[in-house]
Amino acid sequence: MFRWIVARDLTLAWRRRADVLSTLFFFVIVASLFPLGIGPETQLLRSIAPGVVWVAALLASMLSLGRLFANDYQDGTLEQMLLTPQPLYLVVLGKIFAQWLVSEVPLVLIAPLIGIQFGLGANTLLILFVSLLIGTPILSLIGSIGAGLTLGLRGGGVLIALLILPLYIPVLIFGAGAVDAVIVGTSPAANLYLLAAFLVLSLVFAPWATAAALRISLE
Amino acid sequence: MRGDRRLFSNVSFTLPPGGFMQLTGPNGSGKTSLLRIIAGLMQPESGEIRWQGAKTSTLAEEYSRSITYIGHRNGVKEELNSIENLRVASGIAGAEITHEDARDALARVGLAGRENLPARFLSEGQRRRSALARLITCGTKLWLLDEVLASLDHAAGKIIESVISQHLNQGGMAIVATHQELHIYAGSFQRLELEPGAPGGAGA
Repeated sequence: MFRWIVARDLTLAWRRRADVLSTLFFFVIVASLFPLGIGPETQLLRSIAPGVVWVAALLASMLSLGRLFANDYQDGTLEQMLLTPQPLYLVVLGKIFAQWLVSEVPLVLIAPLIGIQFGLGANTLLILFVSLLIGTPILSLIGSIGAGLTLGLRGGGVLIALLILPLYIPVLIFGAGAVDAVIVGTSPAANLYLLAAFLVLSLVFAPWATAAALRISLE
Repeated sequence: MRGDRRLFSNVSFTLPPGGFMQLTGPNGSGKTSLLRIIAGLMQPESGEIRWQGAKTSTLAEEYSRSITYIGHRNGVKEELNSIENLRVASGIAGAEITHEDARDALARVGLAGRENLPARFLSEGQRRRSALARLITCGTKLWLLDEVLASLDHAAGKIIESVISQHLNQGGMAIVATHQELHIYAGSFQRLELEPGAPGGAGA
């Protein structure tokens, strides 16, 4: 069942490639505006790079999260998913996993290229990549709660941002913190471990909360 | 199976194996709500639904395995073709089917030759047929169908009626909300007319 959901969502994403690409381009463009706006001040660029890339990733994930359940809700497939004989937790986890694969992984892969624009070194780029790899699933997991709660509401997109962005703050701090640590020459381990702890925590609780939110939204 | 409900209060009925029930009533009288409550998508204000003597809320997933609910919205993805839609819907419902099963079911509802078209190229009625093809493959005991004949033409209506009749003859059950006259051959045929809710009554 989990497999069917993931396979289905990947097929749908492939047939609606434009949606996926727009998220990716949004990320690239937002992150590229800063070097263009600030000019060739290497030192300044290098010190703001972690924050800028991470904030761009947060905003890009907001874009794709609005669609996480909205289409399925409109055509009635979400109802059918609620009636599946498997726990709803697995359904939600499957959808989040597919969303992460489709919308967040490309962003993680392209982030090192963005980092080069900011003049980051190889080691820093590696940690930027790792921190996003651990951090972006947390964004999808937490964001799914907001997507579930705002389902079917008018202006849901803005509401998701207001609900979810504050919850992203710890991820932003530790994610950008890990990259900062390498730039100033200390170990990023503590930040990454904390990020990993957040990931475990949200893996356990977020799908469960989202499942509850979906049940309420579909009443 | 027994229900006991609010708003349209004191609704209580038992559906025997092979039993058919038609829900009628004016628009807004709560036919859809009642079906959604029976399906477990909504909670009743008070009262309970029992499946083979046990409360559906305690049966949870075991009950889900026994029912198929098809609502107003077809649950058909525009980007997928009919075969994909049917196989995915069955897979999510926990009853995987093969490509051939799906093709046969679609042929039965008159979509032969169109099964590889993405659903966005199908008409409303064809999409409805594609959704209802699930009835042929699902293998569940209780069918909950909302406005089952909506947007279907005469021929498709006949097919669906025969699919439901066959299901009932094999000991299945069906609760169908519709205004139209259904030609169903069932061992037990009941009709439940929902009264329009009293003004100022309990909100849903």
